[in-house]
This record gives sequence, C-alpha cells and structure tokens, in this order.
Amino acid sequence: MTINRREFIKANAIAAAAAVAGVSIPAVASNLITSSDITKLKWDKAPCRFCGTGCSVNVGVMDGKVVATHGDIKSPVNKGLNCVKGYFLSKIMYGKDRLTTPLLRMTNGKYDKEGEFAPVSWDQAFNVMAEKAKDALKKDGPEALGMFGSGQWTVQEGYAAVKLMKAGFRTNNIDPNARHCMASAVGGFMRTFGIDEPMGCYDDLEAADAFVLWGSNMAEMHPILWTRLTDRRLSSPHVKVAVLSTFEHRSFDLADNGMIFTPQTDLAILNYIANYIIKTDRVNKEFVSKHTNFRLGETDIGYGLRPEHPLEQAAKNNGKTAGSSTQIDFEEYAEFVSTYTVEYVAKLSGVPEHKLEALAELYADPKIKVTSFWTMGFNQHTRGVWANNLVYNIHLLTGKISTPGNSPFSLTGQPSACGTAREVGTFSHRLPADMVVKNPKHRAIAEKIWDLPEGTVPPKPGYHAALQNRMLKDGKLNFYWVQCNNNMQAAANINEEGYPGYRNPKNFIVVSDPYPTVTAQAADLILPTAMWVEKEGVYGNAERRTQSWYQMVEAPQGAKSDLWQLVEFSKRFNIEDVWPEELIAKKPNVRGKTLFDVLYKDASVGKFSLDEIPEDRLNDDARDFGFYIQKGLFEEYASFGRGHAHDLAPYDTYHKERGLRWPVVNGKETKWRFKEGSDPYVKAGTGWDFYGHKDGRAKIFALPYEPAAESPDEEYDLWLSTGRVLEHWHSGSMTQRVPELYKAMPDALVYMHPDDAKKRGMRRGDLVKLISRRGEVQTRVETRGRNKPPIGLVFMPWFDASRLVNKVTLDATDPLSKQTDFKKCAIKIVKV
Amino acid sequence: MKSFNLAVIASLLVLAVSPIMYSLNANAADKETVNSVATLRDATPIDVQKEPNRIPQVINKDIKKTRNYPMQPPVIPHTIRSYEVNKYNNKCMSCHSRQRTEKSQAPMVSVTHFMNRDGNFLAEISPRRYFCNQCHVTQLDAKPLVENTFTDMHSLMKAKAKSKEH
Repeated sequence: MTINRREFIKANAIAAAAAVAGVSIPAVASNLITSSDITKLKWDKAPCRFCGTGCSVNVGVMDGKVVATHGDIKSPVNKGLNCVKGYFLSKIMYGKDRLTTPLLRMTNGKYDKEGEFAPVSWDQAFNVMAEKAKDALKKDGPEALGMFGSGQWTVQEGYAAVKLMKAGFRTNNIDPNARHCMASAVGGFMRTFGIDEPMGCYDDLEAADAFVLWGSNMAEMHPILWTRLTDRRLSSPHVKVAVLSTFEHRSFDLADNGMIFTPQTDLAILNYIANYIIKTDRVNKEFVSKHTNFRLGETDIGYGLRPEHPLEQAAKNNGKTAGSSTQIDFEEYAEFVSTYTVEYVAKLSGVPEHKLEALAELYADPKIKVTSFWTMGFNQHTRGVWANNLVYNIHLLTGKISTPGNSPFSLTGQPSACGTAREVGTFSHRLPADMVVKNPKHRAIAEKIWDLPEGTVPPKPGYHAALQNRMLKDGKLNFYWVQCNNNMQAAANINEEGYPGYRNPKNFIVVSDPYPTVTAQAADLILPTAMWVEKEGVYGNAERRTQSWYQMVEAPQGAKSDLWQLVEFSKRFNIEDVWPEELIAKKPNVRGKTLFDVLYKDASVGKFSLDEIPEDRLNDDARDFGFYIQKGLFEEYASFGRGHAHDLAPYDTYHKERGLRWPVVNGKETKWRFKEGSDPYVKAGTGWDFYGHKDGRAKIFALPYEPAAESPDEEYDLWLSTGRVLEHWHSGSMTQRVPELYKAMPDALVYMHPDDAKKRGMRRGDLVKLISRRGEVQTRVETRGRNKPPIGLVFMPWFDASRLVNKVTLDATDPLSKQTDFKKCAIKIVKV
Repeated sequence: MKSFNLAVIASLLVLAVSPIMYSLNANAADKETVNSVATLRDATPIDVQKEPNRIPQVINKDIKKTRNYPMQPPVIPHTIRSYEVNKYNNKCMSCHSRQRTEKSQAPMVSVTHFMNRDGNFLAEISPRRYFCNQCHVTQLDAKPLVENTFTDMHSLMKAKAKSKEH
C-alpha cells in the first residue's frame, strides 16, 4: 500500500463523520440518559473465569444481565488490569447455543447409545443416569464408576464430588483435568518439600532481580503476571529476564537471554546449572547443611504408556518403585552432576555455551534475587516431576527460596487447579489437605470428619485421567460423568483411546457443560450447566489465594450448576444401593437414608441456614436445597486443613476480602512459607523450616537426563508441540463464542519455520496434514505468526474444535505424576 | 461524497447481516443432531474433519468499532504486521503516544495507561501497559461460528427511559 497510514486514517475519519451525520438525533431535549435510577449498574467482585493468575474482576449487572466487566482496582493481583480474555468475560455466558435442557441419545423415545440426541426433563435424565450407575455398580462394583472433573470447578463443587465418589459410591475413579496441567508440579512439591503448592507469592514479581521462564509463555498464558514482570523489568533496568523454550514465542520480546533448546534437554540444562554452582564454589553451604538432604532417584522409569507398549517392555523400573530414592551425600551428588559440563549440555541442547553460562550465573551469584517460573513446559513432560525437582535443587543449593524475590514458582494453569484440584484433592489418589487414599491414617481422618464408618473410603488409588480413557476403551469403566471440562478435545491420542472409549457400547457417558462441546457430542447424555457468576463459589489461584463470589445473575432457564447436579443426583441413591451390609452395620443410623442425607444434609454440610445468605443475594442452589450449601461444604472442607498448615479463614471473610493467601492464621495471610517471620508454622530459631518433611529438610534429587518417549526419525521427521493462545481459554468453548476473541484468533494454524515449509514445497496458507503414528489433522501453514519455531519443530494450538490436534498427539505420561506430555511427539507434514 | 456514503451503507449492511447460522436449542433437536451437536465443529462427526477454510485477512479499514461497554479495550482496526513491540521498541506508540497523536490523528492511549499499580500517574506510559497486544487485538475477516446474545447496557437503558416517558 503506497498511501501512508495518516492519509488513510484521515480519509476514513471523514467517512466516519458522514456516518454520524446520518444518524438522527431524537427531538427530545437530550440524547443522553442521565437519570441515576436508569444508569446505575450493580457492581460486584468475582475471580476471573479463566487462568490460574486469579485476577479479581468487577462485574456490572443490569436487569439480570452481565453488561460489563473490568479489572478490580482493589485486587492486589491485577490492580485494575485484565487481559483481552478477561475484558471480554461479560460475553462468555451469552453464546446463542447455551444448553437449556438435558439431551439424551434416544431411539423411539428410549435411551439408545446409537440414537439421536433429544430433549428430556431433568427427572428423566437423572432416572436414566441412576439406572445406569446402579447397573454398573451391581455388575462390576464401584470400580466401574468414574468421574472426570476440573480445576475450573468451584472448591465446593470439587469437594461435593470427592465426597460423592470416594465416600458415597466408594470409588477413587475421580480425577480432574488438572491432571493434564499440574500433576507434575504436585509431584515435585510432594517429593522435594512433602507439602503441595508454592512457597512464594506474586509479591516476588516486584522484588526479584532476575526472572527465568522455564517452559512458560507467560506473555500469553499468564498475561497479568506478565504485565507485573514487564513492569519490574522495564522500570528497574538492572533486572534481567531469561526465557527458555523449544520455540520462540511472545515472552521472548522481553528476554535479555532467550534460549531455544532441543525438547527434553531442559533436564540436562538444570543439572548443568547445579554443576556450575558447585564448580564455581557458590553453594550456600550453611543453608544446604541445615535445611536439605540429598537423594539419588530411581531411573529408567518408562513413559506411562499401556504396559504392552515396547517402551514399557524395555523400561527397567516402571513399576511401583519408579518414585523411590536412596540417601546420598553432597559429594556423591556433586559427582553425579559433574558430567553435565557446559560443552556437553550446549551440544545436547543446542543452546550456545555463553548463554548457558549467563543463565547459570543468575542463580549462582549470591547478590541476585532470582525467581523461576514454569508452567506446561515442565509439567507436561514425561519427566515432569524430575524437572520440578531439578529446579528446586538449584534454588536450594543457593538458598534462594522463600524470601522476597527468591522464588521457585510453579504457575498454575486453571483458575482453581490449586484451590479445587489440589487443595480439595479431587485426584484419584488424594483426599483434602494433601492427604492420600492409600494412607490408612489419612482415610481415618476423612472418615472421622465425614462421620462415616471405618472402611468407607477405598484404599486403592483410582484411574487417573489417561487411564480413565484407556479403561473406557477396555470396557472396565462403564458409568462416566464429565463435568466442567472438554476432554475429548483436550486429552492426547483421542483417536486410539478417548473417542473409542466414549463410544464403547458398554459405557454410559454423561457430560455437563454450558455449551455443546466436542465432548458433549461424544456423550450419551448432555446436562445443561450454569456457569461462573450464575452460581456462588470459591476459586484458589497459583499463589494460594482463596477468592469467593456471589451469584449475580440467573442461569438460563433449565441450566443448573455442577454443584446442584452432583447433590441432586445423590438423592437418587439409598445407602443400601451403594454400600455393602457390613459397612452399613457399622453405622446403622444411615439405614434407609439417601446419599444426599448422609453426605450433605445431615452432615456438617447442612448446618448453615438460609438466613445467613444476604437477602438481596441470589443463591439458587442453596435456596433449592434448603440450606446454605456453599458455606457448609466450604467449612467442612476447611476443617481438614485448619491447624495443619492449610488454614483457611471463615467462609464469610472471603466475601469481604479480595482473597487471602493460606495458611491464614489468626486472621493473617502468609506470603512466604517455610521462612521464619513470615510463616507461622516455622519453628522459632530455625530460619527456614521445610516442615512438610518430618525432619524439616527439603530434598535435593540426583536425577539424570533421559530421552523423550517419541523423537523425530526419518519418516516422522518433526517435533510437534501443542499449547494454548492468549485469546482463547483452553478448548475455546467459552472464548470462541465471543465474536471479538474469535475474530482475533479464529483458527489453529501450524506454526512452522519458513525453511521447513520451503523444504516441503509449502507456503503460508497452504492446506496441510499433520500425521503421526496415531492419527492426522488438517490445518493451514503459518510461517510468520507470533510463534517462531526452530527448524525441526512445529507448534499447533489445541483451542480449535474444528481441528483436533489431539488426534495426533501421544498419550505418554510422566510415570510419577501421570500427567501427559503434550509438548513432544513425532509427526510428518504433507500437503493436501 | 457519494463513495463515502457507499462505504457507510456497506458497513451498515455488514452489521445487519449478522450471523444467524445456529439453531440448536433442544426443541429443535432432530435427526441431524447425533453428529452435529458441537456447534464449533459445524455439524462434523468427531472422527472426520471438514476442510479448513483459508487464513482470513486482517481487517484493515481503520473504522472504529463500538465498544461493548466503556471499559472494553478497543480492538485494533488496522493491520499490525511487522509492528515490533519488544523491550527496545514499541511501534504502536509511534502513533498512539500523547506526543504523536496530532501528527498521526490516531487516538491517544487512555489516561489509565499512565497509571502505575498504585494508581499514581507517571510522566510516560506505565511499563505495566507496555505490551499493547495483551489487551488490544486485531480482527480477522472471519464470520463468527455462533451468535452472541450479549445485551448492550444502552439498549436496556433506552427501553427503561422510553417506558418512563409513557
């Protein structure tokens, strides 16, 4: 275009003026409505519906509709800012295809797996569901029942679901989509510190002298934290930013040291840094001797694939001992990492030596306060727990931890992955407050709080996310309920596992969602669901901040919250339907009662009256059940953690605060855990106290580099990484329905290096097929977008329901965390 | 002037033909729904794929769009191809900064952009607002897959003001 921008704008400005001139102004006195009773909006606070940052949002309501949203200036998280998704929250509930009635696959008015979706009443829907659940229970016992939940459930929903599944139906086959997202982070925390979730907080962002991003594209995935990091970097010129990734992305725009490494070699880089710290004599010896232990971890642990897969056949230690370790001393550890020299690691990773040294120096220099951030690059990794352990190693060797600016910080993906998935323990192996089902003491604590007989909670961990899809396919999991996620789009290898699993004639699949998603399409029964400020709830963000919100608008007629669905469904079961006689005999007063009575109404969940809800507040769920159920669930859940370093404030407090970071002790939140003076649980005189382990010490693990599950070869010659984008939340089921967000990023393209495209005779915009050993997907080539992959690697996001990249991905998992590696598999690309 | 009027009419037409494409409410559930529930897949079964459409062009007309509410960050009505925004350079500010708007006739960034985290005004854009593309996005010439029924507060107010008059 030869016309310059200014001339062009001027010409269009005249056009726009003409347009305005054509608009007729009403003859009445003013064209402005100023009467305050008409212009007034009702404003209230809610945490954002999207990522784990946990921004607070002000929501403006008029005539029962959300008409505006903006960043909450009172929130310490975002101080008035939102990202583009957050600014468009107002529109996520108003896609025209909101579901308003249950839909059941039927033929001639009867349920038929091969039938067509047709509207049924809630009563009919629950009748079929209860019948299918009871059939499965009778035939194959509790292990035939399962649920796939979410880090986007409210705390109360997650807690109600755990109680229903683990105590009511007595199955541990409940797992959240946070398994895809945070399980490796959990594994890392539990292994190194013995207690889950970050020791630091977002205040580190204003205190650090250096930031290192390990497999985290914060600019797109945690935009508001990125604004804080940018603020710090640009307003304090001494601050340095290092960014590591397998391809160049937006976070590189701020990088002082940007590094592209060969997939999986992050493990070697981490060990190199430890070696560098030791070799340059910068180990903080006092800290290390007082507060750490050294362990040698088990190796060759496999890739979490089906047992018959050749990689599992070849692995030596992929059984129960995969997570074991033995005590070593500092010298043995130093010897272990000594092979990770700069020459070796530069060659392995492809990162130049001087860049590796500059990176290592940020950690080694005792004067630099350094914060490490990571997200899916570490967590979605077949050695994800190891990667988490290894980054803690370098913070522990230097004592750069739990003080302002010194912070190894695992960023959460989802708004309540911490609050609901982790703290409540909606995982197949967990109970609330970091407890696990296989520990008899933990089960006893849960049974006591729940006032249920000994032996109610089964000891065997249930099916985790990837295993659920495999068990559906194998016909072992027959009644399956999916809430608050879109796993047919999100899970890896849907061609070979997920899709055949859902459509297996032995199985009955229920999907609760506000919108007809890909997962809903694969279901047998779809339940229309209320969302976000159509209900009351609590979320917990990445810095341990717990935030609540009130219901602000009515859900569309016919749509019900996940909480209502779970609890209402429990009314369909008498205790005799689900518990064996010997268990009932231990607590005869449950006889003849429903699960609703036993788990909710007559439990401590039911003890708060409706009078406690402010009269001007909506709360459809509570008023329907006849008690303040959200408060009851929260308070009962909170009793698990109070006094055990997971203390939460009283429920009502959260309605007043912009969130509080747990542990909240004597009304005071905790910013830095494990440090004397800021964490009330630290023993006086210790300085630091890693009290998650009995000896108060954190563990430094010797763990090696091991290769990825699948690497490019002659035929499948490219690495494929998948991931998210700024404009869409996860699978796009909400944001693709907001026209402005859709038009900003309508399609998932494959981002390719121009030379890789050229080599294959492709140009930008060409229609291509991505092919793996498992399946294929078509899309178009992008060679000049925001992501710039190196030669040999391509990136395709997964938000696009019309182009399911997970037909291609591999369902290899970290054998310790069971989290899928969505960042590495081998594909080829051909022109269509 | 004639050509300008045509442009105006054209843009009004675009608004009027806003997408009507979708109609799964359950009452309309019929034979076709078995494999067409997922609206965003455009009636395509999960195990097949429709041919992906061409990459749409960025809308580059420089016509401002009405905001959905006053706090909404305006979308970018022009292409930003090869605009660099990194720690050395912010191309957007070469038109939208306070000093440059007379020359460029581009809108000045809002005053909120000068505020730091504590709400105090700085002499220059706050670094927390440095990366424009965190909030401001271009629009591609793609037809939304699903209509959105969001209600503009102005239409609610107008209705109320009208009913008061009567």
